[in-house]
Amino acid sequence: MSKNVLLCGVGGQGTVLSSKLLAAAAMAKGIPVLTAETIGMAQRGGSVTSHLRMGENMYSPLIGKGQADLLLAFEPGEAVRNLPYLKKGGIVVTNTRPVRPVTGTLTGVDYTGMEMVDFLKAKARRVIVVDGDQAAADLSSSRVLNVVLLGAAVESGVLAITKEDIRAAILAKIAPRFHELNMRAIDYIKTEENENHEDQ
Amino acid sequence: MHREFVMGNEAIALGALAAGVNLVAGYPGTPSTEVLETVSARRTEATYVEWSVNEKAGMEVAAGAAYAGARSMVTMKQVGLNVASDPLMSLAYIGVKGGMVVMVADDPGPISSQTEQDTRTFAAYSKLPVFDPTGVQEAYDMIQEAFAFSEKHHTPVLFRPTTRICHGYASIDVKDPEDYVRNNPEGFVKGPNWVIFPRLSFANHKKIEERNVAIGEEFSSYARNVLLPASGTFSGCRKGIATHGISFDYTMENLEQGNSPRLLKIVTPFPFPEQLAVEFLNGLDEVLCIEELDPVIERALIYVCGKYHLNVKICGKLTGHVASSGENSIESVAASLKKFFGSAFAKTDIIDISDAPPLPVRPPVLCAGCPHRAAFYAVKCAAKGQKALYSGDIGCYTLGNAMPLDMTDTCLCMGAGITLAQGIGRIEPDTLCFSFTGDSTFFASGMTGIVNAFYNQANMTAVILDNSTTAMTGHQPHPGTGKTMMGEIVEKVSIEKVLHAIGLETVETVNPLDLPLAIETVKRVSAQPGVKAIIFRSPCVAITRPKGCAAIDPDACINCKRCIRELGCPGIVLDGGTVAIDPSLCTGCGLCAQVCPVHAIENGGVQNE
Repeated sequence: MSKNVLLCGVGGQGTVLSSKLLAAAAMAKGIPVLTAETIGMAQRGGSVTSHLRMGENMYSPLIGKGQADLLLAFEPGEAVRNLPYLKKGGIVVTNTRPVRPVTGTLTGVDYTGMEMVDFLKAKARRVIVVDGDQAAADLSSSRVLNVVLLGAAVESGVLAITKEDIRAAILAKIAPRFHELNMRAIDYIKTEENENHEDQ
Repeated sequence: MHREFVMGNEAIALGALAAGVNLVAGYPGTPSTEVLETVSARRTEATYVEWSVNEKAGMEVAAGAAYAGARSMVTMKQVGLNVASDPLMSLAYIGVKGGMVVMVADDPGPISSQTEQDTRTFAAYSKLPVFDPTGVQEAYDMIQEAFAFSEKHHTPVLFRPTTRICHGYASIDVKDPEDYVRNNPEGFVKGPNWVIFPRLSFANHKKIEERNVAIGEEFSSYARNVLLPASGTFSGCRKGIATHGISFDYTMENLEQGNSPRLLKIVTPFPFPEQLAVEFLNGLDEVLCIEELDPVIERALIYVCGKYHLNVKICGKLTGHVASSGENSIESVAASLKKFFGSAFAKTDIIDISDAPPLPVRPPVLCAGCPHRAAFYAVKCAAKGQKALYSGDIGCYTLGNAMPLDMTDTCLCMGAGITLAQGIGRIEPDTLCFSFTGDSTFFASGMTGIVNAFYNQANMTAVILDNSTTAMTGHQPHPGTGKTMMGEIVEKVSIEKVLHAIGLETVETVNPLDLPLAIETVKRVSAQPGVKAIIFRSPCVAITRPKGCAAIDPDACINCKRCIRELGCPGIVLDGGTVAIDPSLCTGCGLCAQVCPVHAIENGGVQNE
C-alpha cells in the first residue's frame, strides 16, 4: 500500500521544494519514496505538478487518476484541473489566491479563485482552505507559502508524516538563514475546513 | 552501499561513475540533460566531462576515448541521435575497445521534443544492442552491466530511458565511491581495424550479423528480461502481456499481486531475445503488447510467431489496442487491458470536472524581462509594412511564435532556421528574410548554415539571439561563455569574429533592450544586399540579478493597454481593469517603458545605465 500526494500549482510557486521536503521526511523514516515532476518547457507561469508516492509495492512514479490520498494545491484553478487525480474520500488542501495568466489578461477570461474553491467543496469530501494572502501578510513573506501549505497538509493527518518530521527535513534541506522563517511557516495554521458528506 | 533519493538521470550518471567511466561527453536536451550535469557534480578525479558543441562531436570524442581503452559515455536526447547518427552508424562497424554507452533519452508524448522517434528502432537499424530500463534502480544497475557488456562484445551499446524514467525520482541503493570500478585505459593501440575501408566494412558486417544472433540468445537468459508466470484466477489463462520501460510499471499498477496473467518484460528489445519469447508464447492464444513510441516488441513477436510457426495472435498498437502516438499512463493501460481481457482489472472512481468553471490556460511564454522579447519586437517594428519571413529555431525563443509577438513562422530542427530562410528566399525573392538563432544553436549547427548562405549568395539577415547561455535546457555553458564543465575559464569563441571570418561584411551587435537603437539597426542592416548579421546581446534574466522594477504612474496612465497588447510580458497584468506591474516577476528590463505612448511607466533602470 502507498500514500499518494499530488502537488500542483504554477511554475515558480515552490511545488518542487515541498515535494522534496515531504520525500526527505519519508526517507528519514525509512519509507520508500517515488516522485515525478514536470520539467522542460513548463517554466515560470506554466501549470506544474509533482507526483509523490510513499509506501511499499510501488512501480510507477506517477499517480493514476482517482488514486491521490491528498491533493495539495498552490493555486485554486490548478486544484480543479487536477481534481480527477483525487481518490474518492481523499483530501484537498488549497490556497485561495489565484495566479492569473497573461493570456487571461489579453483575452479577458478571468476568475477570482473563490468559484474554484466552491467547486472543490462541491466535489470533494474534505477541503482545507488556506488564505495565501493572509498568510503572506502575517508572515511578512510570500516566499514560504509552500511550507505553510505543507503544514496544513501534514496537520490533516492523512499522511504518516508529522510536523516534527518536516521540521527535521527543513533543517537538513534548506539554508540556515531561512530556517526561522520556514519554522514559522510550518506552524502557521489558519485553515477554514470544509468537511462535506462526512460519512461517504 | 547507501541509500539516496535521486532522479532517474542522476541514477544513470551515478551508475556510469560506479562503472568507472573515464570520459563523458554530450549535448543538452530534455529529458537527457541531468545525466551529464550529475556526472560533472559527482565525478571522481578519474573522470573527464564536457559539453560538446553538438551530439556528433560528443559521439566522436567518446568513441576516441573508447578506442584508447577508456570507458566512455555520450549523452543526448533522441533528436540529437539524428545529428550523431553519421559517426554512430560507422562506429557500429568499427567497434570499441573500452566500454562505450550511448545514452539517448526518448520523449513519448512528445513532452518537449520535435519527434516521437524510438531509439529501439534506431538500435535495430544501426545493428547495436539496446538497454531499456523500467525504473530508477534498474537504470542505475543496468548501466553498469551495459558498460561490461559493451566491453565484452567490443561494440558501443545504446542505453535508452524515456522521460518518465529520466525525470522520475526514487530512493535507491547506490555504491560508495570507494567501491567504484577503477578503469585504467591502456591507450590507443594502432592497427588496421581502426580505419574504415569498404573491405573492412564488408568483413565486419558479416561478424556483426553473426554476433547479434548470439547476443539475442545471451539476452534470452539476461536476468532483467523477465517472464512472470500467470497466477490466481489467471492460472491457465491463454492470454498474456508483453511490455517494457515505464509501461511495465503502469501495467503492474493495474495488476493485483498473486492474481495476474503471464507477463513478459523486455529490457533488451534488440537483438530480440527470441528463445525467451518462444517460451512466453508457448501455450498462449493471444498477447497484448503495451508499448510507447514504435511497436517494437509487437513486431518482434509477430516475427517470432512466423519464424517458429506459433499460432498466437499479437495485439497492440497495430491492432488498435494501444494508442499509436503519445505517452501511456496508468489509465490508458487500464483501458488497453480492459479492451484485451474484456473485463476491468481494478475499478477506479474518477471525479468528473466537466462542469467546472472555465480553467485558466497557461501556455509557456517568454519570461518577464526576457531579452528575446525585445529582439523580436525590434525586428517586428523595423519590418512593419514589408513582406517578411521570420524563420525560427530550437530554444526558448521558439516561444516567439506566441501572441502577441507572432514572430516565428518556421521551426524545424537545430540550425535549420538559417538554411530554411535561404530556400524560401530563393523562391520568394521579394520577401525580407530573417532567421533567428540562439547562441548555443549557432555553435551547434548554425555556423555551417551561414557559410552555405554566404557562399551561395543568399539574401537574408541572420539574427543571433545571444543571451550568453543555453537557457532552454537549464543554462549549460557553450563555446561562447568562456567556461567548461571541468570548471575551467577559457577564451570565449567570438560570434562576431566567426561571422567576419566567414566573410560577412555587416555584423552589428546591439542591446535589444535599447529599443530605438535596435529598431534603427534592423532597418539599416536588413536593407543591405547579401548575407548580414545582427547579434542581439543581453544576458538571460534567469541567471542575472534583476535591474529593478518598473512602476506605473497612475495619473499618467491612460489605460490604453498598449504595453500588454504589444509585448505580452507576464510581468504586466490587469489589476481590477487597470494596468499594473507584478513586482514578483518584473526585472526592470525597461522595454514596456519604451513602448508606452504617454511615458507613464517609470523605466526599470536600463536607460539610466
